[in-house]
Amino acid sequence: MEKITRITGIAVPMPRSNIDTDQIIPAVFLKRVTKTGFEDALFHAWRQEPDFVLNRAEYRNARILVAGPDFGTGSSREHAVWALRDFGFDVVLSPRFGDIFRGNSGKQGLLTGQISEADASQLWALMEAAPGIEATVDLVDRTATLGNLTVPFEIDDYTRWRLLEGLDDIGLTLRDEAKITQFEKTREAWRPRTLPAR
Amino acid sequence: MGKTLAEKVWDDHVVAKGEDGNPDLLYIDLHLLHEVTSPQAFDGLRLAGRPVRRPDLTIATEDHNTPTINIDKQIVDLTSRTQIETLRKNCAEFGVRLHPLGDIEQGIVHVVGPQLGLTMPGVTVVCGDSHTSTHGAFGAMAFGIGTSEVEHVLATQTLPLKPFKTMAITVEGELRPGVTAKDIILAVIARIGTGGGQGYVLEYRGSAIRSLSMEGRMTICNMSIEAGARAGMVAPDQITYDYLQGRPHAPEGVDWDAAVKYWNTLPTDDDAVFDAEILVDASELEPFVTWGTNPGQGVSLSESIPDPAQYADPNDRAAAERALEYMDLAAGTPMKDIRVDAVFMGSCTNSRIEDLRAFASVIKGHQKAEGLRVMVVPGSARVRLEAEAEGIDKIITDFGAEWRFAGCSMCLGMNPDQLEPGERCASTSNRNFEGRQGKGGRTHLVSPLVAAATAIRGTLSSPWDLVAEGVAPTRPEAVATHSNSIGVDA
Repeated sequence: MEKITRITGIAVPMPRSNIDTDQIIPAVFLKRVTKTGFEDALFHAWRQEPDFVLNRAEYRNARILVAGPDFGTGSSREHAVWALRDFGFDVVLSPRFGDIFRGNSGKQGLLTGQISEADASQLWALMEAAPGIEATVDLVDRTATLGNLTVPFEIDDYTRWRLLEGLDDIGLTLRDEAKITQFEKTREAWRPRTLPAR
Repeated sequence: MGKTLAEKVWDDHVVAKGEDGNPDLLYIDLHLLHEVTSPQAFDGLRLAGRPVRRPDLTIATEDHNTPTINIDKQIVDLTSRTQIETLRKNCAEFGVRLHPLGDIEQGIVHVVGPQLGLTMPGVTVVCGDSHTSTHGAFGAMAFGIGTSEVEHVLATQTLPLKPFKTMAITVEGELRPGVTAKDIILAVIARIGTGGGQGYVLEYRGSAIRSLSMEGRMTICNMSIEAGARAGMVAPDQITYDYLQGRPHAPEGVDWDAAVKYWNTLPTDDDAVFDAEILVDASELEPFVTWGTNPGQGVSLSESIPDPAQYADPNDRAAAERALEYMDLAAGTPMKDIRVDAVFMGSCTNSRIEDLRAFASVIKGHQKAEGLRVMVVPGSARVRLEAEAEGIDKIITDFGAEWRFAGCSMCLGMNPDQLEPGERCASTSNRNFEGRQGKGGRTHLVSPLVAAATAIRGTLSSPWDLVAEGVAPTRPEAVATHSNSIGVDA
């Protein structure tokens, strides 16, 4: 994973609430066995509407999405994160996120910052006044700046550290492998165990 | 201070305690796999040269993509077939037990785990599927994960996680006849909202929960994610033990005794404190249905579609306006006036034997409404066989409905079972998102009883509407309570 400190790019407003992962990427696109090439699937149903925000030329190269509350609720599909990344998004700001989506984002280098509803409204107003305006998101300071407006965002310390360092989770965990092995020795006999492969 | 059920299960799985705001490393007792969220995880293992650490704690089934007809023939959709074949290759290569299409243990992953007795109290269960919360009905800590986490669990049998906050959802009192577990959870979601449970594990408590069957408890825990919570739990009790004992993977002999001794220590201590509490009066609940495009947009079946103008929150108002436009519905319309084109009876929420019995008990002796498409999809191959042994398949086909093979089917429309654009469906599934059941499809979430009554009348209905019309095979006072069943003298 690449290290992230500061991202500057076009910000796109999407004030709808409850943008669930079925909207971010419909289930029909989950049949693929690859991790890339999902950019065309992103918001697939909405992109059939000509006036959908991502169909506008000024947002073609957007990198920062400022969404309404409860972004990424629903299904656990990490494809939602892959599709956002494939389209070119590095950051999503929203007043609330679906838990699983937010966890998935942290594994794929997609920065999710939680902002207040009032700040979200201010950002949308600025973006609508100047479509295609660039924003800067600073992970060190935990701020997003658009024009003269700078708003704070929340992200937990651990995820922030991993994104700043570009660290791979599995490698981190395997540093504790001796503890895992020790834990396994104490596992009770009644706990579930599956059958061997046939 | 005492501990909650969730805290006890969590604490007993901490491999390494997180310091300075870092997450705990949590041991995973059971990892369930299916074809959709696993291929990229296995690829990751291959790239890193890592094995599956504990294939003996891992099990796979095919469910999301599988057809529910002609299962003996090659899958027509090439990308679906490739995904299924990829799972088969991966399981063979990494030594994971797989229950493929056609196998007697194949089915929806959240039906299969409990059915095999792999899901049990006090364990941790994960799966690359948000409805893993289902397994919490046994007093397990069970939650959905993304594909990166699937790879993590395959490689390490652990996950780095911060403890969830705890929320008690106490449902006291007796349910009215014809009101079920599904109505409880839909009402809870409407009350706390789709984001109300974010960051929490929900513990369902109270007399109404205690008197539910395991199937009913699974229905409730299943939809915890629809309230934003990754996990939902019910403390284990004799109902749990009776369901579990004797299943293929349930502990036996001295192991069973040791397990029960431990499980009896799991219920939340009297002096434990929850981070949040919600109280629901079960006796006030009615059959509950959704009108909008998220599971929080629901009302009692006897009510009308709310006016978006009544919402104080501008986001809620905008969401309601957009939902009504998508659903092609007008504010103020009585829910019971809504005519549907299709009924879907199935999904990990409501496809277990008790759900099918409930559905069959209402439709028995009736014909489906003219022009209606009714699809019944059992949760697993075993549920299908069990239903057939009871003659439920005959009731369903005599009714004019389709009796299908097991899988996720029209819950998410990854296989050919989809709604047409504009089609309206009463569905026992869990999500009414735009296009969830097929592009342009419109979904109303309902209980199996409401699905059955709706299939007879063609409009959103409860079994009580049949009673009122004098067409139900039972008198109101004979209708049983507090489970997914309705006590019809079938």
